[in-house]
Amino acid sequence: MILRGTCRQVGDVSVVDFSGRITLGEGSAILRRMIKELVQQGHAKIILNLEDVDYIDSSGIGELVVAHGAVESANGELKLLNLTRRVRDIVQITRLFTIFDVQADEASALRSFRN
Amino acid sequence: MATTQSLEVTLETLIESIDLAERIVKRVAEASGFDEDDVHRIGMAVREGVINAYNYGNSQERDKKIVLTVELEGEKMVVHIADEGPGFDLSDVPDPLAEENLLRTSGRGIFLIKAFMDEFSVQRGPKGGAEIVMTKKLPQSVPASGRA
Repeated sequence: MILRGTCRQVGDVSVVDFSGRITLGEGSAILRRMIKELVQQGHAKIILNLEDVDYIDSSGIGELVVAHGAVESANGELKLLNLTRRVRDIVQITRLFTIFDVQADEASALRSFRN
Repeated sequence: MATTQSLEVTLETLIESIDLAERIVKRVAEASGFDEDDVHRIGMAVREGVINAYNYGNSQERDKKIVLTVELEGEKMVVHIADEGPGFDLSDVPDPLAEENLLRTSGRGIFLIKAFMDEFSVQRGPKGGAEIVMTKKLPQSVPASGRA
């Protein structure tokens, strides 16, 4: 299933709801494009809601790392939300929990941004 | 005496081949009695192996091929993925868990294969490139003979 992302605003926070697979090719490219656009538009607080992402490969993980770097370089913050079990396993075994800010629910994620 | 059953597929060096390889091997894994989680892990490992062949082995060159072989051999499922590249040494693959590598945007594929499969090795392929070999023990009491 091709990755789809829809963006909504909650105050000054951009929440991108993704569904599908973040894998090498179109999926990774879609993620990269959306983050790039948000950063270029000056959005500094971004949540990636991965509740409906059931699959991520090493390229997808790489794109999340790129996204993290791009947002941080623009003095912003990026949070990951609602990781599915399989995505969580990959993030865990690759030690990326030490890099990504993973939140359990949207309310907590929204509160967790620095002012 | 257990026999070996083997399936060999020659793939084009295309992104589409990655999904295809994953689907093929997952079907074999399902038919061999692996549970859903193991089917997923095997599929992911194969996916990463073919990505490696596509990106690093064959450098995305369309005139090169990737050969995928799945064997049910005794108590194991063995998957071979051979490319037509220059080959590589496992010792040259950086550790993605090392602190200095955590923020790298690539380099986790081999690590994921090792995490998901029981055994993993790299050897010289029949056409001189790299051949990744990965193994998963078949579900208990399911020998290879008469399966799939």
